[in-house]
Amino acid sequence: MRHHLILRVITKLLVGPIMLFALYVQFHGDYSPGGGFQAGVIMAVAFIIYGIVFSLDHVQRVLPPWLVHKLSALGVLIYAGTGLVSMFTGYAFLDYTALSPDHPVHGQHYGILLVELGVGVTVTGVMVTIYYAFTSRTPIMSDEAW
Amino acid sequence: MRSLFAVVMLSGVFSLLSALLFVTLDAVDVAFTEAAVGAGISTVLILGTLALTSRYEQPSKRSKVIPLIVVLVTGAALFYGTLDMPNFGDPNAAAQTHVAPEYLLQSPHEIDVPNVVTAVLASYRGYDTLGETAVVFTAAVGVLLLINGLRRRRRRNPKKDT
Repeated sequence: MRHHLILRVITKLLVGPIMLFALYVQFHGDYSPGGGFQAGVIMAVAFIIYGIVFSLDHVQRVLPPWLVHKLSALGVLIYAGTGLVSMFTGYAFLDYTALSPDHPVHGQHYGILLVELGVGVTVTGVMVTIYYAFTSRTPIMSDEAW
Repeated sequence: MRSLFAVVMLSGVFSLLSALLFVTLDAVDVAFTEAAVGAGISTVLILGTLALTSRYEQPSKRSKVIPLIVVLVTGAALFYGTLDMPNFGDPNAAAQTHVAPEYLLQSPHEIDVPNVVTAVLASYRGYDTLGETAVVFTAAVGVLLLINGLRRRRRRNPKKDT
C-alpha cells in the first residue's frame, strides 16, 4: 500500500491512540464496559493495522513473531499463576482473598486486575499470531485484483 | 452471491448491527466484544484468508433443494423453540432467578467493582474465564501447527514439494 498516502499518514496518527484506548479498556474495565478480551483485541488491531498499511516486515520489526508466541503463553501463565499463588497461600484456587487477607475486597481488586491482564496479554498475542500466520504466506491475489 | 469479498463485508456489517442490537438490550460489554471481535478482527482475518484463495466462489453443480429444506426445517425448529421462552425482561425467567440476584446483591460488598459484568467474569466465574483464555491460546497453537508447521516441513525436504 505504498501509494496510499492518506492511509499511511492517518494510520501513523491513529496507532498511538488505539493502543492508549486498549490500555484504558484494559485497566478501566472494573468501572466501565470492557475488560481483557476487548482490550486484547484492540491492542492487536493497532499492530494489525500497522501491518496492513505498511508491511509485514515493518510490524514484525516492532513485534517479532517469537515475542508474540511468548506473549500468548505468558497471559495464560499470569492467569493460572494467580490461581496457584492463592492455592499455595492456603486458599482455594483463584480465591483472590489470598492476595490481601486483611482486606478481602482489595484482594478481589488485585485479583481481577491480574487476571484481566493475563486475558488481555493472551488475546493480543493470539490475534497477532493468527494474523502473522495468515499474512506471512504468499498471497495468490495481487493488489489490483481487489 | 458469488463474490466472497462482498460476503465478508456483509458479515462484518451484520456483526456491527448485532452489536447495536446488544447496545439496545443494555448488554454493552457483549456489544463491545461483538464490535471488536466480530466486526473488526474476524473481518480482517477472513480478508487475509481471502487473499490466499480466490475472490469468487465456484458455482456448485448439485441441486439447491435439499439445503433449502434443511434451512427451512432448522429455522422452523428455532422459531418453535422461541414460543415458550419467557418474555423479554421477565423478572421470573429462569436466568433471572438462579444466581443472578445473588451476584447483583452481593457484588458491591464482596467485590466492590462498579461493573458487575467484570465482577462475575473475573471473580465469581474465574474458572470459566481461565478456560476461555486457554481456548483462545489453543486456537493460536492450532493455527501455528497447521500453517507454520506445514511450511517448516516443506522447507526441510524441498524435493518432495512439487
